[in-house]
Amino acid sequence: MNAMAPPSGPTRKAQPRVGLFVTCLVDIIRPTVGFAAVKLLEDAGCKVVVPSQTCCGQPAYNSGDRTNSKLLARQAIDAFEDCDYVVVPSGSCGGMLIKHYPDLFVGEPDLAGRAERFAEKSYELISFLVDVMGVDKVNARYEGTVAYHDSCAGLRELGVKRQPRRLLAGVEGLTLVELNEAETCCGFGGLFATKYGELSNAIVGRKAEDIRATKADTVLAGDLGCLMNMAGKLSREGSPIKARHVAEILAGMADGPAIGEGKPEAAR
Amino acid sequence: MTVVATSTKFKENAHEALTDARLQGAMGFSGNFVTRRAAAAARLPEFEALRDSARAIKDHTLAHLDLYLEAYEAKVRASGGEVHYAQDADEARKIIVDLCRSLGAKSVTKGKSMIAEEIGLNHALEEAGIEPFETDLGEYIIQLRGEKPSHILAPAIHLRAKDVEQEFRKAHRDLPPDRSLAEPEQLVAEARQVLRAKFLTADVGITGANFLVAETGTSVIVTNEGNGDLTQTLPEAHIVIASIEKIVPTLEDAAQLMRVLARSATGQDASVYTTLSTGPRRPEDLDGPRAYHVVILDNGRSNMLGGEFEDMLRCIRCGACMNHCPVYQAVGGHAYGWVYPGPMGAVLTPSLIGVAEGGQLPNASTFCGRCEAVCPVRIPLPGMMRHWREREFERRLSPAPLRYGLGFWAFFASRPTLYRLATALAARAMHLGGRGKGRFSWLPFAGGWTRYRDLAAPEGATFQSRWRSRSGAVQ
Repeated sequence: MNAMAPPSGPTRKAQPRVGLFVTCLVDIIRPTVGFAAVKLLEDAGCKVVVPSQTCCGQPAYNSGDRTNSKLLARQAIDAFEDCDYVVVPSGSCGGMLIKHYPDLFVGEPDLAGRAERFAEKSYELISFLVDVMGVDKVNARYEGTVAYHDSCAGLRELGVKRQPRRLLAGVEGLTLVELNEAETCCGFGGLFATKYGELSNAIVGRKAEDIRATKADTVLAGDLGCLMNMAGKLSREGSPIKARHVAEILAGMADGPAIGEGKPEAAR
Repeated sequence: MTVVATSTKFKENAHEALTDARLQGAMGFSGNFVTRRAAAAARLPEFEALRDSARAIKDHTLAHLDLYLEAYEAKVRASGGEVHYAQDADEARKIIVDLCRSLGAKSVTKGKSMIAEEIGLNHALEEAGIEPFETDLGEYIIQLRGEKPSHILAPAIHLRAKDVEQEFRKAHRDLPPDRSLAEPEQLVAEARQVLRAKFLTADVGITGANFLVAETGTSVIVTNEGNGDLTQTLPEAHIVIASIEKIVPTLEDAAQLMRVLARSATGQDASVYTTLSTGPRRPEDLDGPRAYHVVILDNGRSNMLGGEFEDMLRCIRCGACMNHCPVYQAVGGHAYGWVYPGPMGAVLTPSLIGVAEGGQLPNASTFCGRCEAVCPVRIPLPGMMRHWREREFERRLSPAPLRYGLGFWAFFASRPTLYRLATALAARAMHLGGRGKGRFSWLPFAGGWTRYRDLAAPEGATFQSRWRSRSGAVQ
């Protein structure tokens, strides 16, 4: 079934051509995650290309705007036409490409088929590495205790749960601790975070409490939106806990400032 | 008289809830439901298969609802009872008040019924000079307080034990001030003593129904307190109030649904009491009501059949969706502003009272999907909330700033070259604006975010511009 099954679309090539769907948040806010994804994919033996792209359309889709969602979905489907796989460093954008694009074109035979094929070749980054490329160990080091938050769409729409933990287990120097409520939403929810700011804040407040209780020094997740929400709450509360995308750790690219952190101080 | 909705004020309601220290103190319960449900599901290897089967039973019934309703009605008649159909809340209240009057009722006892809440039954009875007494402990407490339920299963979950003690001391005049009510058992004993007298004097007992069984004309209730049994067997008449989708074809179907119901709701393998009623007292019966009436309410549900919200009619009211909902856990049930809270309420409310009145609710969700993941009948709740957002968007009911904002954003997002230039500029400017701190504590147009949280500043150049200069790509 979904992301756990071997690819049913293109047969696995020696060096598959992987289109990186970088996501608008990573593109604009944190390119480091994009380069970490490129490194992980190249290390796994993929040829990475980055077709010209914008956003998967999720903000429109979740606001009830089907017209613009379809416009952006078609744009993405066209842009990645010549890729064997589409890989995205986000569970929620992944859910959009894999679960929701086909829903958008139900009843439009010409596009429905293309959306289905696009969905079949699309994967969330970490599950792609483990489930498709067969990666079971990365060459990385991170000194610290980390807690991993299961972002909702990755977890429930794509079954991303054991893959990041499996790869993190092989990172030298890293101790992984579990949150009490790893599967509870952080309260981000895309536009929800600003449309219902007070409510979103109450939810991420509970999440921050859970993170602090683990005594971890770093919180990881596979989605930049959730990470910005947790990082923003932790720093507003004056907590020194860092937030990073799991790909940064796995790619050994966690030397720079964490999410929402300034330039490294002299000490680091 | 119909229950007034304040769902359009969800944000204000949520603000009140979040700043209500007493409510926030009472809301810590949810973890229990979550762990108990997970344990109950894990104990039963066939639980996931049972969910599929529960879904199939409900889908089959909904596809043939007219036939099963007729079959049910015939069986109730054959067992000596009567069936009344109510198109809407007004009709349902009138039928019940008229029945109570014709029976000369002065007081009625009530089992827990969300349909009674939906039609505002207590108020109608009071206006007709008939005293209603809620006999479910939670319902009894909120009746004393003049409140609505805040949870479809645990109506008084928004209260702490000491709030209940206070309420009892105010309402129970004969309660000696020195009697301790510090323990939950003492509160239950106190309520039981007061309610016992009501059970014995009530003229009519009104209950809801978890299932109406077409095969036998039986109504089924599940409770944990046994109050439903006394409500429906002691008075001279028993009135069942239920909505059309409570029908199931057979007793076997009801039994299958019960296997997922209690586990999903409270993590129990089965509720403490499961009570089946088929018609009034027969000559050889030692007790039971002499009259048995079933009022079947539509109130907008038949409009959902065959449409994109039909799946919602599978709901068996277990409450798992709200127990697992981060929004419900944060604000409780009253903020939702009508009868049904949580994810199921966010889908059902606009269906029953219109998207103009209830449209805020399906918007107030992070789409985390946990509700769908635990729903025993696999209702795609987030997908249906999104459908409501689509209906709103089509009808231009969504807020204008959201619609224009999306239009503006989509203009750029559908023009990749322009988008790359614009985002590269914006990212640069915001990076500089972050002044080396890497985050903003305030940003115009992002007040909903920065009032509560810092916002990460862009690292500088966008990924796409860096990638292009790295690979010298020309596209």
